[in-house]
Parts: sequence; C-alpha cells; structure tokens
Amino acid sequence: MNKISLSRRALLAAGTAALAAPRLARADTNAPIRIGEINSYSAIPAFTLPYRNGWQLALEHVNAAGGVGGRKLEVISRDDAGKPQDAVRLAGELIESDKVDLLAGGFLSNVGLALSDFSAQKQVIYIAGEPLTDALVWQNGQKFCYRLRPSTYVQAAILVEEAVKLPAKRWVSVAPNYEYGQSAVKWFSELLKARRPDVEFVAAQWPALGHIDAGAVAEALASAKPEAIYNVTFGPDLTNFVRQGNTRGLFEGRSVVSLLTGEPEYLDPLGDETPSGWIVTGYPWASLDTPAHAAFRAAYQKKFNDYPRMGSVVGYSLIHAIAAGIGRAGGMTPDQLASGFAGAAFETPFGPALFRPLDHQSTLGTFLGKTALKDGKGVMVDWRYVDGASVMPPDEAVRKLRPGAG
Amino acid sequence: MVGGGQLLLSLLTGLADAAGLFFVASGLTVIFGVTRVVNFAHGSLTMLGAYCGWSLISRLPPTPLGFALGTLATMVLLAVIGAGLEIGLLRRVYRAPELFQLLATFGVVLMTQDIVQWLWGVEDLALRRPPWLRAFVRLGGARFPRFDLIVIALFPLVFLLLWLVFTRTRWGRLVRAATEDREMVAALGVDQRLLFTSVFALGAALAGLGGVLMLPDASANLGMDLTTVTDAFVVVVVGGLGSLPGAAAASLLIGLLQAFGIMLVPRATLALVFVVMAVVLVLRPNGLLGRPPGRGGVLGEVRALVRPAPHVLRWLGLAALILAALAPLLLGPYALAVGTEMLIAMLFAASLHFMMGPGGMVSFGHAAWFGIGAYASAFAVHLLAAPMPVGLLLAPLAAGLIAALFGAFVVRLSGVYLAMLTLAFAQITWAIAFQWVDLTGGDNGILGVWPARLVAGPRGFYWLALTLAVAGTLGLRAVLAAPFGYTLRGGRDSRVRAEAIGLPVTAIQLTAFALSAAAAGLAGGLYAYAKGSVFPTYISLGHSVDALLMVLLGGVATMSGPILGALAYTGLYDVLLSATSLWRLALGAAIIVLVLAAPEGIAGGALKLWQRRRPA
Amino acid sequence: MTRGGPEAPVLAVAGLAKAFGGVAAVAEVSFAVARGEMLALIGPNGAGKSTCFNILSGQIRPDRGAVYLNGESVTGLSSRAIWRRGVGRTFQITATFASMTVRENVQMALISHHRRVWRFLRPARHYFAAEADALLAPVGMQDQAERAAGELAYGDLKRLELAIALANAPRLLLMDEPTAGMAPAERGGLMALTRRLASERAIAVLFTEHDMDVVFGVADRILVLDRGRLIAAGSGAEIRANPEVRAVYLGSGATSGGH
Repeated sequence: MNKISLSRRALLAAGTAALAAPRLARADTNAPIRIGEINSYSAIPAFTLPYRNGWQLALEHVNAAGGVGGRKLEVISRDDAGKPQDAVRLAGELIESDKVDLLAGGFLSNVGLALSDFSAQKQVIYIAGEPLTDALVWQNGQKFCYRLRPSTYVQAAILVEEAVKLPAKRWVSVAPNYEYGQSAVKWFSELLKARRPDVEFVAAQWPALGHIDAGAVAEALASAKPEAIYNVTFGPDLTNFVRQGNTRGLFEGRSVVSLLTGEPEYLDPLGDETPSGWIVTGYPWASLDTPAHAAFRAAYQKKFNDYPRMGSVVGYSLIHAIAAGIGRAGGMTPDQLASGFAGAAFETPFGPALFRPLDHQSTLGTFLGKTALKDGKGVMVDWRYVDGASVMPPDEAVRKLRPGAG
Repeated sequence: MVGGGQLLLSLLTGLADAAGLFFVASGLTVIFGVTRVVNFAHGSLTMLGAYCGWSLISRLPPTPLGFALGTLATMVLLAVIGAGLEIGLLRRVYRAPELFQLLATFGVVLMTQDIVQWLWGVEDLALRRPPWLRAFVRLGGARFPRFDLIVIALFPLVFLLLWLVFTRTRWGRLVRAATEDREMVAALGVDQRLLFTSVFALGAALAGLGGVLMLPDASANLGMDLTTVTDAFVVVVVGGLGSLPGAAAASLLIGLLQAFGIMLVPRATLALVFVVMAVVLVLRPNGLLGRPPGRGGVLGEVRALVRPAPHVLRWLGLAALILAALAPLLLGPYALAVGTEMLIAMLFAASLHFMMGPGGMVSFGHAAWFGIGAYASAFAVHLLAAPMPVGLLLAPLAAGLIAALFGAFVVRLSGVYLAMLTLAFAQITWAIAFQWVDLTGGDNGILGVWPARLVAGPRGFYWLALTLAVAGTLGLRAVLAAPFGYTLRGGRDSRVRAEAIGLPVTAIQLTAFALSAAAAGLAGGLYAYAKGSVFPTYISLGHSVDALLMVLLGGVATMSGPILGALAYTGLYDVLLSATSLWRLALGAAIIVLVLAAPEGIAGGALKLWQRRRPA
Repeated sequence: MTRGGPEAPVLAVAGLAKAFGGVAAVAEVSFAVARGEMLALIGPNGAGKSTCFNILSGQIRPDRGAVYLNGESVTGLSSRAIWRRGVGRTFQITATFASMTVRENVQMALISHHRRVWRFLRPARHYFAAEADALLAPVGMQDQAERAAGELAYGDLKRLELAIALANAPRLLLMDEPTAGMAPAERGGLMALTRRLASERAIAVLFTEHDMDVVFGVADRILVLDRGRLIAAGSGAEIRANPEVRAVYLGSGATSGGH
C-alpha cells in the first residue's frame, strides 16, 4: 500500500508543479485567501447547519481583525449531499474553477477520507473538521491532511477515564453497525480491558444505522444481565433506544457510558427523557463559562439568535485553525502550508489546541461528564475538559499506526 | 438460555414492530392494488404524518383523548394531502406508462425533504411523553411498554376495520373490483377518478397513522421517509402486491423475525429482512398471498416501434462523438472530470435500459452491479496488486458472473416483484459493503484505487472513459439490434408468441441480465479508478434510483433515451447541487415538470416533435 | 418409438386426459390429422378445446395419453420443442411483437427456425428479409411489411400470424379461433387462404372455431367435444345429422323431441 501511494506521488509531482504555479503568483497580491469548504449540508443538516454558523462567525472575526498576513479569508462552500464521490468532484471544481488555496470541511468519515485521498493526489492541503475515523490520521494519514476534532479513539479513550472507576464487570455494548460503531466498541473495550482485566463484554447489539429496533435491542441487552452498558448510537436511533430503555427499566441500577451523547445535537432531542447519570462525552454549552467560551457563546447568540451546538464549535475552531496554519507558513505552496500547519497552535472556545506534527491530529479535546435533567431538558453536569493530547497512545504506537509518519 | 418470559417479551416486541409495519404498508398496498402506482412517496407521507402529528399532539392536552384526537386529525390532514397529490399530480400521469408515476412520486420525495426541513427545522422532534405514554406492564419480572400493547391491539383493529370497509361497503366492493379488473370497473360506468382519489386519500391517512404511532417510541426526523418506505415496500411485496391480508401476514413475519433475529444474528438484522424477501419471492413469485399480475408489466403498454436511428441522428451522434473526443484539447481538468462522470453515467444508464427497456425487466437495484464492479476493481488493486487493465476486466466479469447466478431467480419473476428482488439483492450487497468492515472497509471504503500511469491525468483518463463507455454503450446498442436483442424484445412484447416460434426466452433474458450487469460493472470499475476510491454509497438505493431516473427521464422506448437521460440528469444534478441549498426541491420540481411535459421522456418527446414536423 | 412412414398421420392423439382440481377438462380424447387435411375442433364453451390445444402446443402437460407428430411422440415437450418439430400456431387473441414491423415479426420466426438467435452483432434486419417477404406475399401482407405490428387492423394481425406460423415450413398448423373478432366478410377470405396454403404445402390444419359457417365451409372433418369427451367425428353432413351433437348445441329439449 505504501508503495502504491509513493509511486503515485512521484508520478504526480510533475503535474502538480504546473498546477501550483498560478497559486504562487497570486500569493503576492492582496487578493483574499480562498478556502474551499465541503460538507453534507442537505444530508445531515442538524449537525452541519450549526457548523456553518460557526465558521461564518469565525470568518467575520478573523477578517475584522485584518485577516491573515494582510489578506482576508474567503470561504466557498459546497454541499456534498452526503456522498463521498460528489465531495471529490466538488473538490476538483473548487480547486480548478474557484482557484481555492486549500480544502476544508467534511462531517462523514467517508467524505473526509475521500477528500484526504484526493488532497494527497492533487497535493492540496485539506483540513478535516468533523470526521471522526481514526483512519484519517493513522492508517490513511498523509502529509497534506490535518484533522481538528477528537477522533473515535480519543473520544473512546476519554470515556474510559471514567469507565475504569466503575465497579461494573459485566458489560454489554450497543453500536450502529458500521465502521464508526465498530471502532468505537473496539477501542473502548480494548482500552478498558487493558486497565481492568476483570471486565468482560458479555453481549453486543449492532443495530443498522437509522434502523434500530429499539424494543428488541433493549430486550436483548437486558437478557444478558449486564452491570454496565456502553452506548454508541446517536441521533434518531438514540432517542428511540433511550425511550424504550426508560420504559423497560433497562438503565435502572446499571451504569451507562455513552459516546457523544452530551453533545447538544444528540442530547436535546432526548428532552425530559434524558437519563440521569450517564457518563458521556459532549459539550456543556450553557455552563461552560471560560472567557474564551463565554465570548464565543455571546457572539454566536447575538448573530444567530440560537445557542451554539458542537458543530458550531467545530466550524468556528476550524477557521481559526486554518488562519493559524496559514499564518505560520512562509508562503502558499502546498509544501509550505503543510509545514505551516504542523505544530500550528490556535485558540478554540474550548481552549488552546495545536496540530500534532506526529500524526496531524489536533489536540482539541472534549468534555467528560454526566447527564442530568434540568427544567425538563438534558444537561451535562460534573464535567471536566479532557485535552486530546492527554489520552493519545504513545508516539511509538502512533508511528506504527500511521505508516507515513516519520 | 431463553426462558419462557423472555420468549413472551420478544414475541410482544415483534408484534409491536409488526403493527407499525402494517399501518404504513397497508396504505401502500391499497394504493398499489387499485391505482397500480408504485408510490415511492409513501415514506414521505409517513414522515409528514409524524411531523404533523407532533405539531398537533404537542398542542393538545397530554391525555389519551388528546392523543387520539391528534391522531385522527393527522389522518384527516394526510388524507387531504394524499387527495391533493393524486388530483394535482398522479391523475395527470395515469395514462403514461406506470413507472413514470414512480418517477413523479420520487420527485415528490425530493421536494418533501426540503419542505419538511423548511417547515419544521433540522432537529429531530421527539414528542414529550406524558406519564400514560411511559407506563408499562409487568410480565414475569420484566417491563413492557403499555403503549406498545395499545399498538399491538390496534393492529387487528385496523385490519378488521379495513377488511369490513372493503367487504361490507359499496365503496369497498368497487375498490376490490378495481383491484381485480380496472377496465371492467371503468366499463361499468364507475367514476374511476373519484375512486382513485379516495383510495389515495385512505392510503395517505394510513401512512399518517403509521407516522403518528411512531412518535411515542421514536422521533420525527428527516431521515424517516426513506427508512420507512423501504420497509413498507418489503412488507407489501412479501405479502403480495395489493393484498391486505398479505400485508398483515408479511408484517407479522418480518416483525417477529426482526425481534428474534436480533437475539440470534445481531449483526445481520439489516440484511435479514431482505434475505427473507428474496427467499419468499424465490419460493412464491407473487408474494405470500398475491396473485399473478395481469396483462402488461410495470412498463404498461409502451410498445412503440423501434427503428434504427435516422440518418440525421447518426450524423449528430458522430459529430457529438468527435466533439467529445476533442474535448480534452479545449477543457480544463475539472470539466474533464465532470465529462468522465457523465460518460460513466451514460454507460450505467444504458446498461439499465438494456434490461429494462427491451428486456422488460425493471430493476430497483441496478447499483448492485455498478458497486460489485467497483469493489472488484478495488480488490484487484489491494488484494491482488493487479494493474489497471486487470481491474477493469475483473469489474464486468465479477458483476456479470454474479448476475448470471442470481439472475436465474430473477427471470422467473415479472413486474414489480422482479424489480423488488433486484432491490433485495442490492440491499444485501450494500449491507455487506457497509457492515463487513474487515473485508470492505465499511463506509470508509477502499482508497488508493488510482489508474495506471498512462491514463493518470484527467485527459488520459477521460479518453479511456470515453473509449470504454462509448464502446460499451454502442456495443449494447449493437446487441439490441442483433437477433439476440430482437429476441429479448420479442420476449417482452409477447412471451407466448416468442415461445410459440421456438425462441429461448428465459435463456435470453438471463443472458441479457448478465450482460446488463457486466456493463454496469464496467461502469463501476471505471468509476472506481476515476474517483480513486470505492464506497458503499455506490450501491445505495439512491444510486439505483439515479439510474432509474436517468433511464426514465431519457425515455425507455428509444435507444438514445438513456444517453440523453444520463447527460441531462447528471448535468442537472451537478448544476443544482452547486447552485442552491434547496437542490432537492429544485430537482424534484424539475422531475415533476418533465414527467408532466414529456411522459415519453426527453428522447421520446423529441422524437414526437420531430415526427410532428415531418409527417411520415 | 417411431411409427414412421409416409402414411403416418401428421398428428395423432391417443387417450389424452387432463384434469384440473379433480374436474376432467379433457378425457380420453383420440384423433388424427392427415397431410393437407383441415380438421375443425368444435364444442360449446368449456368443452375442453383450449385445454386440448394447449396440450398439443406444449403449454400444458397431459395427465395421461400421448401426442405423436409424424409418428414420433412429443408428449409433454415444451412449446419451443414442439415448434422445432414443425408445428405452427396462431392464437385466439393475436400474439405478435408489437414493437417490431410486420416483416421483422416474420424474420424473428425465420431466425428461430434457422437457429440464428444467439447472434450478437450483425443487425437482425439483415437476416432472412427476402424470405420474410416471400411469406408475407401469399397472405397479402407484403404492402404492409414496414408497418408496426402494434398498429395493424385485427384482420391483418391474423394474417400476419399465419405468415409467422408458416415460417418454419410447418407440417401441422394449430389455429385457435382463427376468425374470432374478425368481420364476417373477412372470415371467409382468411379461411380460404388457409385452405389454399394447406393444400399447396401439404400442411395439416387443426383449428377451433365458433363460427359454424366457417367450420362447415372449410373443414374436411369435424370433431365435437363436450365436457372433455369426444362425442362425434365426421364430415360436415355427418355432424349435422348427429343427434348427440344436436343435443349439445340445441339443449336437451332437442333430443326429447319437444316440438
């Protein structure tokens, strides 16, 4: 595999030299820096519309502060309709017709991977915002791709921090049956068992994404008589699962550890049925009062008359991360940009973060806490911020996971 | 392992699932039985039911009475919407071949997605459950939702009510008569328009009921239209199209299988449903309680004379080909990438048209062959480290061979049953690609499927795609003009006649099925190298529908239809996707306008204009 | 078993029986048709004519009995196989290829007869065009060779079917209600044409027919079926005189001599 990508790069080097030339020429002017942004706006609007608000807000802030190196930022945004093949075509259009200087975006893991593969081939920088898959920075990691959001591994590892403290030994898992669900279960059980050899996973449910048969799943989980449940479902599946679980008493007397459930996108639809005491990763937007976040929240609410979601934070941070990376690069060639992003530090509403030179993963973390019910709505309580850097595997292990790292 | 209490709980859970399936599917089967409309928008009506129900019930007192009133009001509202849909759209296309109504309903699906998002916003809407909806009963130590018991009780109640309406009322008898013999009822002077409108209203009301009853357990969300419509189709087909008792039996079968299947094969629940459908169709080609379809397939009676292309068209085609071959000298890499996609879409559409037009075998799952071709190429690269020519050879071979095996079951069926068996196969293939992560990489796909050096640039690959897609498309056309293709068409026109003159119809259809799959596989292989990656989305229902849209938009009856349809559809889609965030609304509206303006498709419409100008 | 020889009848049926759900549709029917002979099979509705026809053309398998073509047993063979042995067929409700021209319809039969079905490249229109025209001429359809079969008048469709049925140089022609749906004036013409072709080409013709004028006008012999049983066989005059036939057709009152 390594060999294939090497020869591909060698072969494309000649072609891209020609492509890069006009970009070099334009770098001298004061024309705006163009970011080609692609996301699944029509396919997953609940996440991507707050995300769009986020990057629009950040764009205003960055440009009001004079842009980057005297040049304004401009975002040209496209909808990939949830299809990686369309994302790749649109990326081509953005590069050629709109002459963008770099690519950004993506929500779905497959869109992120497709864009990353494309960026390697065309030698264009791609900054992935939301895709969670580990492959993006590890197995398929490459020079021109950086990723902002904590990966599936990081999210699972953060949850393990609390899960190890539970007395429970008999665990069951429920996860949507596709790559995200499968790796989320794999990492969680591996990391938990490594620190708690007495733990065993006695049953697993794999509902099809968007097709959960929640009553039957709850029944099947209960019949395994678990002490703790690890949940990876989200969205409509989660709502369905929680309602059936509540009615059937599945969660009573059991610990539940749940991935991403504290994010407003997934917590809010649960409404007054939000179970209390679940250990979750998420975003306590209402109670996070650090100066950075308070300012962000106020500006966001002022502009959009709505509270920020997880996607808003990702969109907002993405633009700041890009501005930081470009600011550190000596010029606008892909190679200069690539080294500019390596180690680039940037501010986010969650606090400072940077792109690790080792695997191009940002150190942005997430909040670990518990769910609770307040005024008929689900909130996160007892939360703390866990920096992404603190739960990463050792560098040696990362080098093994990322064939191109060096 | 599984005790008696456990068994009872699973049984009840399965019954509740079955009830939910039945409410939606009963409406679909009633509509199909009478109007013969393959109503793809039935899931959208269910979604509308859930959203309307949420809006109404949230405003009513949180009592059982309030819930019941809200449910009834939603059903009335949906009946009105259904009647409006029938009067405003479907009534105008009854004369068109039947599949064009499917096209129209797909336009409705697209538009509804944007309209619902505009009206209700993007967040999932979960109905606040008052205590009576959260209540449960104790069964041997375990808890079972009381609401699910109500749903289970409603199942026989709704069934009985429908059965009484259909057997005991004059209207119901007319509906049943129309289900058996539409022409006869018309001949008896019954106002068919009123009958159809009322049936559609009833079907929509049942969809609404299904939508509302999902609310207490789940939420109203923007994805539920497609998830419900595929389930409902499966139930209707397994039960037998148009059969209400069949729909009830199939709901029970599938609901119970799902509930128990989760215990036994938790990873395969998605495929399980489609495996059940495939098995039922193989054993009973008309579903559990269905009857053999009457005269005329899903394509109705389009039997226009097929002529060789007129000379003008041949010259036009040649000119277009020369222009296409010169394009790399004039266009930039992005335009060439779009051109490459269009060429591949053309071959894909031509391959579907091959079996669907002249073959009379409509496929709802043609993307399966495209996807198998694409994955074959990707496996060639990754597992065999084979060079591109091998990958491109394996793509049609794999698709063609698998189709030849699977086709033996397909060609025994006809009409919508055949189409649904292809859908079942495609969904199983998709489930494997999506869920068997170790083999296929799951939705992360397989990356790094890049073309050989010689054609790695956009120009080189464009020329390669042009050569193979044009050769494939022209090859399919040549086969259609040859005795083989004529025999295929003969089997479609009149199977009795074909067999009476000794034509091997079944063998020809099976070969055509495999050839069509091989051509789609080649398109998939090309696409894999063009994109450098393969994903399960290549096999998704949406991609199969794309192919159907291209063929139907272009026109089934003419040989140039799929070519025009592919170019028009991909062009329209690309432009709208980049131009507006409401691209689904715009695309759906464009499809509906085209269906109304040119029910013969673009090529058919053009041909008509041409003939009008030059009387024969 | 082959009972060859020039004197063997073209079609011989022995003890044919078929029941549907316990009801005998055809019971112990035996008859034969000779070269150039026109044999009519008549009977009231439900007498078993169609079942008999569908067994002979291979669409239904009989429960008992045997069918011989030129002395060779073809019992239970498929319609394709039976056609291959020289049996042409027309249908009560015409069955032609509506999306093809009249000539192409006949070409398809010729392509099948000459075993050229599995050809993938050379256009079908180049196969046997002249031969097709030669078959269209005697039925008077050569002027309409370029028209779509889907838009032909009903009588023309019947004539087209006849041309198709002749394409494999058949020794036996099975015609199910050949004049059904035709104007009375046309009926005589079509049957006269059939009569002429049958004697010119030495074809045996077995047909069912409702129009008694047609039956008694052209048939050499007539078979009468009633409730699956063969109740009479003979010339037109013999059949007219047969009291059992009169009873079947005129009702029980006729035999009791009610007048």
